[in-house]
Amino acid sequence: MTDRIRFILNDSPVEVADVSPMTTLLDWLRDSRGLKGTKEGCAEGDCGACTVVLEGGDGRREAINACIALLGQMDGRSVRTVEGLAGRDGAPHPVQTAMVDADATQCGFCTPGFVMSAYAFATGGEAADPGIIHDALAGNLCRCTGYRPIVEAMVKVAGLAPEPVSAPPARTASAAFDGTFFAPRSLADLLALRARHPEALLLAGGTDLGLLASRGRTPPKTVIHVAYVPELTAIDDGKDEIALGAAVPYVQATPVLVAAFPALRTYLARLGSRQIRTLGTIGGNIGTASPIGDMPPVLLALEARLKLVSLRGPRELPLEEFFLDYRKTALAPDEVIQSLTLPRLWPGEAFFCDKVSKRRDQDISTVAAAYRLRLKDGKIEEVRTGFGGMAATARRAPQVEAALLKGDFEGAARAVTRDFQPIDDWRGTAEYRLHVAANLLRRLALRVADPEIPVEVEAL
Amino acid sequence: MSVHKSVRHDSALKHATGQALYIDDMPEPAGTLHAALVLSPVASGRLRKLDLTGAASMAGVVATFDAGDIPGRNSIAGPGKEEPLFAADRVEYVGQPLAIVVAATLDAARAGAARAVIEVEETDAILDIATALTRRAYVQAPSTLQRGDPEAALKTAPHTLSAEFSVGGQEHFYLEGQIAFAFPGEDDDLVVHSSTQHPTEVQHVCAQILGCDFNRVTAVVRRLGGGFGGKESNASWVAAAAALAAHRTGKPVKFRLPREIDMIATGKRHGFDYRYTVGFDDEGRVLALDAVLAADAGWSLDMTPGVIARALTHVDNAYWLPHVRAVGYACRTNKQSNTAFRGFGGPQGVVVMEDAIDRIARHLGRDADAVRALNFYDEKGDETPYGQKVEENHLPRVWSELKREASIERRRAEIAAFNKTCPVLKRGLGLFPLKFGISFNIPHMNQAGALVHVYTDGSIRLNHGGTEMGQGLFIKVAQVVAEVFKVDIERIRPTATSTAEVPNTSPTAASTGSDLNGWAAYEAADTIKQRMIAFAAGHFGADAGDIEFADNAVRIAKPGSNQVISFNELVKLCYLGRVSLSSTGYYRTPKIHWDGVAMRGRPFFYFSYGAAAAEVAIDTLTGESRVLRADLIQDCGSSLNPAIDLGQIEGAFVQGQGWFTCEELWWDAKGRLRTVGPSTYKIPGSRDAPAIFNVTLLDNAPSKEATIFRSKAVGEPPLLLATAVWTALKDAIASTASDRRGDDRTAVRLDAPATPERILAALATLKQ
Repeated sequence: MTDRIRFILNDSPVEVADVSPMTTLLDWLRDSRGLKGTKEGCAEGDCGACTVVLEGGDGRREAINACIALLGQMDGRSVRTVEGLAGRDGAPHPVQTAMVDADATQCGFCTPGFVMSAYAFATGGEAADPGIIHDALAGNLCRCTGYRPIVEAMVKVAGLAPEPVSAPPARTASAAFDGTFFAPRSLADLLALRARHPEALLLAGGTDLGLLASRGRTPPKTVIHVAYVPELTAIDDGKDEIALGAAVPYVQATPVLVAAFPALRTYLARLGSRQIRTLGTIGGNIGTASPIGDMPPVLLALEARLKLVSLRGPRELPLEEFFLDYRKTALAPDEVIQSLTLPRLWPGEAFFCDKVSKRRDQDISTVAAAYRLRLKDGKIEEVRTGFGGMAATARRAPQVEAALLKGDFEGAARAVTRDFQPIDDWRGTAEYRLHVAANLLRRLALRVADPEIPVEVEAL
Repeated sequence: MSVHKSVRHDSALKHATGQALYIDDMPEPAGTLHAALVLSPVASGRLRKLDLTGAASMAGVVATFDAGDIPGRNSIAGPGKEEPLFAADRVEYVGQPLAIVVAATLDAARAGAARAVIEVEETDAILDIATALTRRAYVQAPSTLQRGDPEAALKTAPHTLSAEFSVGGQEHFYLEGQIAFAFPGEDDDLVVHSSTQHPTEVQHVCAQILGCDFNRVTAVVRRLGGGFGGKESNASWVAAAAALAAHRTGKPVKFRLPREIDMIATGKRHGFDYRYTVGFDDEGRVLALDAVLAADAGWSLDMTPGVIARALTHVDNAYWLPHVRAVGYACRTNKQSNTAFRGFGGPQGVVVMEDAIDRIARHLGRDADAVRALNFYDEKGDETPYGQKVEENHLPRVWSELKREASIERRRAEIAAFNKTCPVLKRGLGLFPLKFGISFNIPHMNQAGALVHVYTDGSIRLNHGGTEMGQGLFIKVAQVVAEVFKVDIERIRPTATSTAEVPNTSPTAASTGSDLNGWAAYEAADTIKQRMIAFAAGHFGADAGDIEFADNAVRIAKPGSNQVISFNELVKLCYLGRVSLSSTGYYRTPKIHWDGVAMRGRPFFYFSYGAAAAEVAIDTLTGESRVLRADLIQDCGSSLNPAIDLGQIEGAFVQGQGWFTCEELWWDAKGRLRTVGPSTYKIPGSRDAPAIFNVTLLDNAPSKEATIFRSKAVGEPPLLLATAVWTALKDAIASTASDRRGDDRTAVRLDAPATPERILAALATLKQ
């Protein structure tokens, strides 16, 4: 027996029949529904021309990339597209009017995506602050305007009163669409499915997996969608530790993480874009085991532990032992990552992290580095590092750590070449990676010595 | 007045509501097929085998076509040139189209294309300019622009400096990828909707591929989701492939390149390597320049000759060069065939003197801004190296206004103070003066046609050869027509560009869109207006000179009585009086001539001027940079539409900034482009635009030449203003040496794009 995908589209309930749940939301909107306002600009979740907005029953409005979202993921959601913004009288939405009045459109192809990002921003109650506006626009590219008029339109629409949204259809029992897209609602169902379908890909936010369907045009044969399993979406903001379900999207994890580790504020704002962070999850970032994932270096430095579960029972593993090699992990075929646990900083501990990329926003890191230090009287008593972009997996840097323990930052910088043999690629040569990783340790020295010295161009 | 006003883009609301239709949004007739390309996996070799049987047997695949299936000539180039649509023998780059797979769905077509079996006997590939220069591999013979005796002048110059540097290419990254939708008609006629800047070339190339007369093919373009030069020649082969498939299957065929394929298969801005020697006196006055500009043409000619010509004719930029030799090499490499990109060689030309002046100033310990101004064209030396007089010279004016408005002196001092105290971050300031020639370098291309109909209800339909790609051409030309008839702009309906309405058009390129089409539409409208006046004179018994159009009405002044009738009433009367209310209009740019071999003449109708100041910050530990502020002044003559022009200036600047900073094309050792989407190829985002961005249109500067309503072109010139960002980055980098050594005399080599890696490398060379 197969279930039907049900969700709200532009205030009207829809039920999907005869379309694969692996179809991208974008293809379905354009081809099955004839809604051509949402555009394909890149099919990899990076240009934002396909931006649509998810509306939660709690009034939250969050942008996503329709190109890399699978139709099955929309079950139980409420989706708004550019066609659904007009008022009942057909009048354009204030966000649309503001874009027009600011001369913020030229060729117009990116515009619907910008309009949707602006809509999510405007109705989210955020301030008309340039930094926040750039955060809100980081997932949208425009090649014509130079952005000034778009930012101007955003300033005008900030703080629009949100209109009530219709609650998305509720689903309590586990569902299966088309016999290929499994959406369990309990851990027991998830583990049973995982045991039965070891070949299935685990789908959390799909911001990486969705590329198979969008850019690759070869969607996975079977997926298990873990986003609705309570144990995987729980956040335990404890006194000593923070436990995050593996399927908690960044947008929900961020406030908790930033409160505990303030240096993550900027770092997380630069991870993907809002569109990516609405659906993307930390569990997914760990599970794909990319050498350039932004979170693994941070989590290594923070001494994250993973809870892995299967029908055989749970086990706990330090994150360090999880990454085996390039995109290879210790996850057994019948296992899932249930959650990760991060110890909070103790008094005297400090956490720093840095990311270097060609573009400030929405770029994959060339090098990422994170450090947790215990300082006493200016002396480093304990240190853990995490580096990304420097090896086949995110890794700690033992020789760097040894030098740091001696208080020798310059020695730590020089130790980078002993800890890592990175590769050349389009994000940077090995030489640059080594050079910049060493310099990030010099930046760390400055930060530790005097937090007032500006060390990032964004500070100006 | 309808002109000189900020009238909104005619499609703005449609853009914002998602109602503007692009080709991919058009309703698909039943039976529409979709297509995907089979591409060469190697950079150079002989095609031994292309087996498409696997593709053809895939579910949904209807047909496959390769070079052997082309009924006409397998060439997408003009007469006398050969650039195959599908490689038949030699393959010349990774991504070269070999065949097309046509299927019921796009996914089936792509899956089919993936099943093609390709065997290529690999041969040695040339993957960079240096190798091509060594092997003398060129797509055309080197061109030389020369004046005077640079060798002798260099020998006697009090100082000489030599330097080398390079700039990278640039992906257009139009948000709407290449697309065409071809509809077969009766008698093998064909209508092709194309996202092209050059409908006439689409028509010609489709006809050439199909082996039919031009009159069998109609190319239609309502709008492009961005072009920037990337849809000037590249759109033609995309359309031709769609036309071939439609012709052979008898079905409508939609052919859209996914982003990755678009980036792999189509040409980009030319990267250049430079080597020059400059001679100068103690004050920094340039006495001679000897420069080599070597362009990466890619595998074929495409539009490289024009790019080289424009690069050479912009080496002088704003500066009087008494003795100069500039040699342009069009290097043949086994990469995408590079093509037009906003600026068209101009940006790659002006960087030579900007680099030279920086080095001169540092060598002499003088202020670079002053050395720039010292070398500006003036009455003493006012002829370009190619023999065109520098008229209407706004350089001194834009320079002094810029220095004043942007408080350059004060900020230079502030920046120097900041750099002394901040250990990690360094700021830099760069100025740039601009002189940019307007007109196609090929004189015959400077012509345009328009077609205007006035209907009996008083509504007006406008058509012309220019394409709307976001730059606001349709609204600007509509403003011209409204101005002629003195009617509200709402009456004017701009319509899709079509080779069936206005034939034999030039591409919408070289910034000439409104210059050419504005005048053509003016002529068409005025022809109708003169007929209406003549009729009214007879009908009302008045002198033609006493009939005046104003405010949607026509006033007929007769001795003792003034009669006013509405525009609509006169239109109706004209119709009843059997007056033609439709006319074509035609324009050709006057005064221009060009000898492409001698590289002499007057290639440009006029010059556009501008100036820019950019302030940047760099992180000396990571090489990251940021543009803190930009001040721009751009000469638009008497702007037809200041709001539209402002958008062009800002957008062009940020696009140029991307070329100079974050946009990096990266090929691997096998010649495979690996930056094939926005996840790997980074164009500027909103945070990258200058945090403080002051843009002004030079006021009170009507064009001296008889341009349309004394306006000037705006598409390309402001892109070059971003050169100031590059200069500012060099300034910030050099400050680390001056802070350390206490002198300002260290020059910096900074290749573009100035990625964090290149900036860090440049900093490292100063430490040595």
